[in-house]
Amino acid sequence: MSAAHGFVRPATIARHAVLLLTAAFIMLPFVWMVSLSLKPSDEIFRASFSLLPDQWYALENYKRVLTSAPLLRYMLNGVIVCAVILTVQILICAPCAYALAKLEFRGRDALFALVLIGLLLPQQVLALPLFILGYSVGVLNTYAALVFPFVVSPFGIFLFRQFFRSIPDDIVHAARLDGLSELAIVWRIMMPMAMPAVIAFSIFSIVSHWNDLFWPLIAVNDQRLMPPPLGIMAFKNEETGTDYGPLMAASSLVVLPLIVAFLAAQRWFVEGIAKGGVKG
Amino acid sequence: MADVQIVDLGKAFDQITVLQNVSLQVADGEFLTLLGPSGCGKSTLLRILAGLEVQGSGSVSIGGRVVDGVRAKHRNVAMVFQSYALYPHMTVAQNMALPLRMRRLTALQRLPVVGALLPETRRIGAEIAVEVTQTAGALGIAHLLDRKPAQLSGGQRQRVAVGRAMVRHPTVFLMDEPLSNLDAKLRVQMRAEIKELHRRLGVTFIYVTHDQAEAMTLSDRVAVMLEGELLQVAPPQQIYADPAERRVAEFVGSPKINMLEGVVREQGLVDVADSALAIDVEGEAGAAVMLGIRPEAFYVADRAGPGALTGTVRLVEHMGSDLYVHLDMRGVVEAVIARLLAERAPHIAIGQVVNLGVRPDRVLLFASDGSRIRPRRPTLAATASVTPIGEYVQ
Repeated sequence: MSAAHGFVRPATIARHAVLLLTAAFIMLPFVWMVSLSLKPSDEIFRASFSLLPDQWYALENYKRVLTSAPLLRYMLNGVIVCAVILTVQILICAPCAYALAKLEFRGRDALFALVLIGLLLPQQVLALPLFILGYSVGVLNTYAALVFPFVVSPFGIFLFRQFFRSIPDDIVHAARLDGLSELAIVWRIMMPMAMPAVIAFSIFSIVSHWNDLFWPLIAVNDQRLMPPPLGIMAFKNEETGTDYGPLMAASSLVVLPLIVAFLAAQRWFVEGIAKGGVKG
Repeated sequence: MADVQIVDLGKAFDQITVLQNVSLQVADGEFLTLLGPSGCGKSTLLRILAGLEVQGSGSVSIGGRVVDGVRAKHRNVAMVFQSYALYPHMTVAQNMALPLRMRRLTALQRLPVVGALLPETRRIGAEIAVEVTQTAGALGIAHLLDRKPAQLSGGQRQRVAVGRAMVRHPTVFLMDEPLSNLDAKLRVQMRAEIKELHRRLGVTFIYVTHDQAEAMTLSDRVAVMLEGELLQVAPPQQIYADPAERRVAEFVGSPKINMLEGVVREQGLVDVADSALAIDVEGEAGAAVMLGIRPEAFYVADRAGPGALTGTVRLVEHMGSDLYVHLDMRGVVEAVIARLLAERAPHIAIGQVVNLGVRPDRVLLFASDGSRIRPRRPTLAATASVTPIGEYVQ
């Protein structure tokens, strides 16, 4: 509208100013991280402020990260753990959400209330019981230990359920008449229609488990199993001490895949959240 | 092909009765319409027939087989929904092929990659594609097979929905208000196509609508439903001319039938609206009756007097060949609507006092509880003693 009229309304300017400021505020740590990863250590502790380094030290920092620590191994661990968690989460959440959204049975609302309670519980509350469970089953310090607490996601059930409810009942009826079983309805009809929600959930799931430090810290101590954040921790202690340049280089490399993935899926992500949240 | 027997069907949602004691026989190859206002339970009845809903009591059999407890997919019925219910992520061809794929391919053959490698999958898939193309051709949508539902117009989606139902040759076709999402012109066109489809397929159709024009034009028989009850099941002409009770008479017909309160003066004579009509009624003097008079049963009379009703014109609607004249009559609360041929009554203006004759054989009598009072002799002879005033319009 502003382009058509040849001027920009004050409200539009104010809105963009607020958005830009907020964005800058959120971006600042990331920019600082990248900036530090390009500097040599004496420049990092200099009192004066500069975004770009006087002396470019990027190559040295990144090379040191890739050679002195098994960063690629950490990232591979992250990929394996996130992929398994996401796959199992979707396999479990979709049928649950379908049952809660489209089937009628006694106790359905009570079950859904339990899901909401599950949504409210922070991960830390369950850490100790899960640790003891992991110990008695004997899976601690394996990939399974990193995966098992997260296979059922109340958030996923909630998000899919909201999305499924917005799909008309007639579609489900038509599918039943066409000969689809209830599980076939979930996988062949509901999930393809709920793609935006699936993508939004995938982003949430991958980001939170890729970045998770708390649970891996408890569950594994074998360096070959460590996911990226825990790997960086170990890297800091043993390899670099207070050498922040390589540390920031490692951090930059770890968040890079997430940023790329989010940018690629941004459109569906917004749609999935908006649709799942508004209708319901 | 199959007949459908419904015996004593009942259904309630949370203590609210939706269907009560519905019994209905639909013959093989018949086109039966369930007609009623929204919320009368007709869609629920249809969903019970399809197996999508479980009845509270009673029994349903299709083709001589009791299907209570049989799942929807094993009933061999197909349904067309008001919203069409096409799968938005599939093309038209995939939408239409799905019911065949689910029936002919095994679970293993339907798997995305593994299925394609199995020997029989390709042959069966090709067969299905041929049948889908044939059905699409018959419905005139062969050129749309590669499109997604979102790219189609309302009428095209309607055809795809019919195609998806047709392709697996069901014995019973259920249609739940299939035309109500279309615009008026397309609705008339699709109505003719559905009639033609029924003639061509020759299978049993059960059609749900609140639109009496659809019910009247399409059906072999119409079942009028109100508040979960079947009031009358009869051919369309009979529903219109010989309704079983007052609610049927009031629901069917547009403009609505006029209901006038009357009192029996003596046998064969009823006082109504400051006049008296000679109507063949058996009843005690002083008994209250309701006279149902269809708008087209009136004609313009020369003079006031016995056999004619007098009213003041409130509104005249020109409908082309007809005039709808709304009149205030003394002793009648609602406006009386008369449908007159335009060429016979060109002079009528608002405020004018008009005398309307009534064909006595066209007057429907109802008791105060709404039940029908039938004439003693259901022939025109009953009116022979009365000299009609003026001329018949109809």
